[in-house]
Amino acid sequence: MSPSPRSFGAADRRLLPEGRLAGPMPWVIAIMMFLTVLAAAAGLGLGGAAASLGAGLGNRVTVQILEPNPDRREAEAARAVERLRRMPEVESVRRLSPDEMADLLEPWLGSGGVEADLPIPAMIDAQLITGASADTLRSPLAAAAPSARVDDNGQWLAPLGRLIAALKWLALGLVALMIGATAATVVLAARAALDTHRATIEVLHLMGATDVQVARLFQRRIALDALFGGFVGFGAAALALLVIGERIGALGSDLLGSANLPATSWLALALLPILGVGLAMLVARATILRALGRML
Amino acid sequence: MRVEAGLSNGTNIVKFDNVGLRYGTGAETLSDLSFSLRHGGFYFLTGPSGAGKTSLLKLLYLAQRPSRGLIKLFDEDIVTMPRKRLPGFRRRIGVVFQDFRLVHHLSAFDNVALPLRVAGVDEKDLQGPVSEMLAWVGLGHRASARPATLSGGEQQRVAIARAVIARPELLVADEPTGNVDPEMAKRLLHLFDSLNKLGTTVVVATHDLHLISSIGRSEMLRLDRGQLLDPTGALRHPPRRADA
Repeated sequence: MSPSPRSFGAADRRLLPEGRLAGPMPWVIAIMMFLTVLAAAAGLGLGGAAASLGAGLGNRVTVQILEPNPDRREAEAARAVERLRRMPEVESVRRLSPDEMADLLEPWLGSGGVEADLPIPAMIDAQLITGASADTLRSPLAAAAPSARVDDNGQWLAPLGRLIAALKWLALGLVALMIGATAATVVLAARAALDTHRATIEVLHLMGATDVQVARLFQRRIALDALFGGFVGFGAAALALLVIGERIGALGSDLLGSANLPATSWLALALLPILGVGLAMLVARATILRALGRML
Repeated sequence: MRVEAGLSNGTNIVKFDNVGLRYGTGAETLSDLSFSLRHGGFYFLTGPSGAGKTSLLKLLYLAQRPSRGLIKLFDEDIVTMPRKRLPGFRRRIGVVFQDFRLVHHLSAFDNVALPLRVAGVDEKDLQGPVSEMLAWVGLGHRASARPATLSGGEQQRVAIARAVIARPELLVADEPTGNVDPEMAKRLLHLFDSLNKLGTTVVVATHDLHLISSIGRSEMLRLDRGQLLDPTGALRHPPRRADA
């Protein structure tokens, strides 16, 4: 007995009628892929924002020297900077210049500059190493600069960080749900295709076609539908993301800007239609083989 | 009840032993069938409508498993055979269905080529045999026609060409000449006869007595209400036509 062939060779394309794009399946997959790409982009963008928040802002502390006397303030600021530089938890230290202070205060005090006799605190920006706590700075700083006040950026950014993380997981959950819904759509489409072509399949079976041979016919059709739907959905989503990205860029917000997608994220998104085709083929194959297994 | 359609000379290609077939929970459509078919034999299966001829053929071409009993095909027990082994056996059987079962979106050529493609024959190797077979059944000029554009008789000839193209070891035909004129029926039977002489075992279900009498060496199985008649085998050999 000859070994079972795995396909019908060049005749594969003819054995099932090619009603390409005639049914709703490619368009349903396109919609699914559009939503999946948007959800995945939201997840990746929020992940980027959360990382940026943690690395850029969450590990930073601001030290204010509140001493009203300008000479003593200057001396305390210099000691505080010196003390911070010697601490292992501190990665970098930078004192804000008078010009930077003036820029910060301009919205409140106008563009005329800061009056010389106005007691403006000296401000020191310190970047901590990952995992370091602002609390470890307080005691050494109090000894060097009694009027120093340590503001932990991470403390007030924590609720925002938790919100962003929650939104990120929600987005990734949506991606998982969309993948499940796409798989369910493929199952329904494969079953419908089986019912439509049942007579042909029975004839092929009675001539000795194997389940794998028959399944390959459907896999091919469904893969083509998924390919079309996947790339249409991806294209539409990419367009939407580019428009949204441009609007975000126009806002000039550092936090929103950090949610923009880097090239690696775009690459990950571009893989989604390809993964979609693979998923569709696998699900179709499993569905068809399962259904054929119930026939003699 | 036992009918020895196949006599002792030659090996048996089919052996039924106390076979019964029941659809769902209804009464048995076939009961207590015990017979064997000799390798290289030519058999006619007759009986009134509803006697169970098509059901018996379904068991032969592996579209059904029996509800009880033992069936050996090509010396293997196909009742307990794992499902995954059945395609290999089906490729050794040619079937002419009563309702033709042509694939409607395929041309006559592609329909006839199906068994070869199922068996994995290269496209270049099947062009010649398929065209030749279509010419043999008088449809060489309709190779690209879809079944819907063919007459009933032409569809039947395509179905027959498809059944024999792969030179099956067992050919099962359900009323294969029901829709063709007497001349074409004779021609098709000659095709079956030629195949039979080359070693194919042929089983033809028919009501046509002329057909039965035209193959001199044929044997007959009579079925009535799901049971084989002629337990003694005395009526096994059909009457001969004077010109046969």
